[in-house]
Amino acid sequence: MSRILRDVAHVRTGDKGDISQIAVIALREEDYPLLLSSVTPERVGGHLAGLNARLIRRYELPMLGAVNLVLEGALRGGVTRSLALDAHGKTLGAQLLDLPLIVE
Amino acid sequence: MTRPSIRIGAGAGFSGDRIEPALDLIEHGQLDYLAFECLAERTIGLAQAARALDPQAGFDPLLETRMRRALPLAAPRGLRIITNMGAANTLAAARKVTQIARELGLSGYCTAAVTGDDVLDLVLAGDYPLIDREGTSRDLGESIVSANAYLGVAGIVQALEQGADTVITGRVCDPALFLAPLIHELGWAMDDWDLLGQGTVVGHLLECAGQVCGGYFADPGVKDVPDLARLGFPYADVARDGRAVLGKLEGSGGRLDSMTVKEQLLYEILDPAAYWQADVCADFRQVRIVQEAPDRVSIAGGKGQPAPDTLKVSIAYHDGHMGEGQISYAGPGAVARGRLAIEIVRERLRLIGARVEDLRCDLIGMDAVDQRGMGGDPAEVRVRIAGRVKDEASARVIGAEVEALYTNGPMGGGGVTRSTRRVLAVASCLLPRAMVQPRVTMEVA
Repeated sequence: MSRILRDVAHVRTGDKGDISQIAVIALREEDYPLLLSSVTPERVGGHLAGLNARLIRRYELPMLGAVNLVLEGALRGGVTRSLALDAHGKTLGAQLLDLPLIVE
Repeated sequence: MTRPSIRIGAGAGFSGDRIEPALDLIEHGQLDYLAFECLAERTIGLAQAARALDPQAGFDPLLETRMRRALPLAAPRGLRIITNMGAANTLAAARKVTQIARELGLSGYCTAAVTGDDVLDLVLAGDYPLIDREGTSRDLGESIVSANAYLGVAGIVQALEQGADTVITGRVCDPALFLAPLIHELGWAMDDWDLLGQGTVVGHLLECAGQVCGGYFADPGVKDVPDLARLGFPYADVARDGRAVLGKLEGSGGRLDSMTVKEQLLYEILDPAAYWQADVCADFRQVRIVQEAPDRVSIAGGKGQPAPDTLKVSIAYHDGHMGEGQISYAGPGAVARGRLAIEIVRERLRLIGARVEDLRCDLIGMDAVDQRGMGGDPAEVRVRIAGRVKDEASARVIGAEVEALYTNGPMGGGGVTRSTRRVLAVASCLLPRAMVQPRVTMEVA
C-alpha cells in the first residue's frame, strides 16, 4: 500500500489575513528528506486544488525536521471578509495528510 | 536587583478561553506572572462598536469574570497579571479591575492601563499604503471603525517598574505580554536582539495557552492526548541567559513534548527567519527543543535582528453585510437534492433582483471545507448559501429564500437555520514608530 503524509508527519495550520500557513513536521528526523521530496509547493497546490492559491512558498527548517508552507491568496480575502464556512482555512492541514509520498 | 529566573504562565489563548486551567496555575503553579492573551485581529473593531453604544464598555466581555476569580488567588501570592483584555477601552478596564479589587478588600492594589495603541486619529489624518492588498487607508474612507498599532513591551515594562500588580493593555504584539516581564525581571537590554528573539520564542510558545500542551493536537490512534478534557495550561521557567523550560501542572490533562512544542513554534509563522515584532525581528531557525522530563521541554537558540522602524497597524472597517441560510437533506439522492436546492435559490435570487455582490454555495459534507474534490456519497448533506450584500434587509433575503425551500423546493429538506451579520473586515498599514507613544495610567484600589 502506498504511504501517505500522515504516516510520516504531523501538521498545524494557521492563518494571517489572506494567507494560510501549514507547518509539516516529520515524526522521525530521518523522514525529513521525504518531506523535502514529497511536500513541494507544486504537489501541495495540486492536492488542495480547490484553493487556487496565488502563490505557495516553502521554508525549510532542517533543525526542526519541518517545512513551513505559506499559501498566499488562499483564503478568499481572509477570515474577516471570506464567505467560506472555514474562513480561517483551519481544516487545510488535515486535508494535506493524505498526500501520497514520493519515495526516491 | 534582577533575578536568576522567573516563572510565567499562560492564562488564556483567546478571548473566550477556559478559566479553570488558569486558576489551577495560579493556585498550584508557583508563578511569578500570568498573562491572559485575549485579543484576536477583529476583536478591537467589535469592542469599539460596543464602546460607541456605551462609553464604559469596549473591553473584554470576560474581564470581570476572570478578574473576580483570579485576583483573590493571585494577590496574596504576589503574582502579577498582564493582559490585553483592555481591547478598545483599556482605561475603563483598569477602573473595573480596581473596583473589583476594592470589593475584594485588596486595598492598595495597583492596576496600570497601557494606552497609546489607538491611532485612529493619526490614520484618518494621513494616507498610508495598505500592506496586505492594493490601495491606501484613505480608500476605506468613512467605513473605518478603529485603527490600533501593535505596541511592543515598553509600556508594560514601565507599568511594572511603577509597581503595577495588574497591567492591562489594548493592542500589543501577543508575545510582548510575556517578553515584558522577562525584560523587567531579568534585566535584558532593549537592543540585545538575540535575547529579545529568544524571549519572543518563549512568548510565542505560551501565547495560545493550551495549544502547546496538547490542545488542537489530538488525532485519535495517531496522535493521542491523555485526559484532553482537563487540558492544562503551560508555564515557562526563563533564566537570565534566555534558556527556558516549559512545563505544565502535574496531574493536569494534555501532553507537553517536542511534538506539541514544534507545532506551536511554527503556528502562524510565515518566514521563520523573520518573525516581525515591535521590539525585534525574531529568527526561529536555530531553535533547539529538548524533552528534559515528562511534560518538561527546554527551549534555546531563538535569535533576533533589530526591530523595524515602523509599527503594524490593524484597521477595522465596515464591509457590508452577510446573509446565510442552511438546510439539510438525507437518504438516497441527498446530494442531488442539495444541488437542486442550490440551483433553485440561485435562480430565485436572480429572479427577484436581489443585489448580491458575492454568493457562495456549499454542500456541507461534500465540498464546504474540502479542497481535494474527493466526492463520495455521504449519509447526509447540508446546503449552505452565503452572500455578501450592502444592507441588512438584503442579507435577510438570502436566508428567507433558503427557508422557502421547505414548501417550494426539493423533497425532504429539514433543519433550516438563517442568520445575518454586519461584516467587520480588517486591513493593515504601517506607521513610523516615532508617531506612536505608549502611556501608563495607574489606578489604585
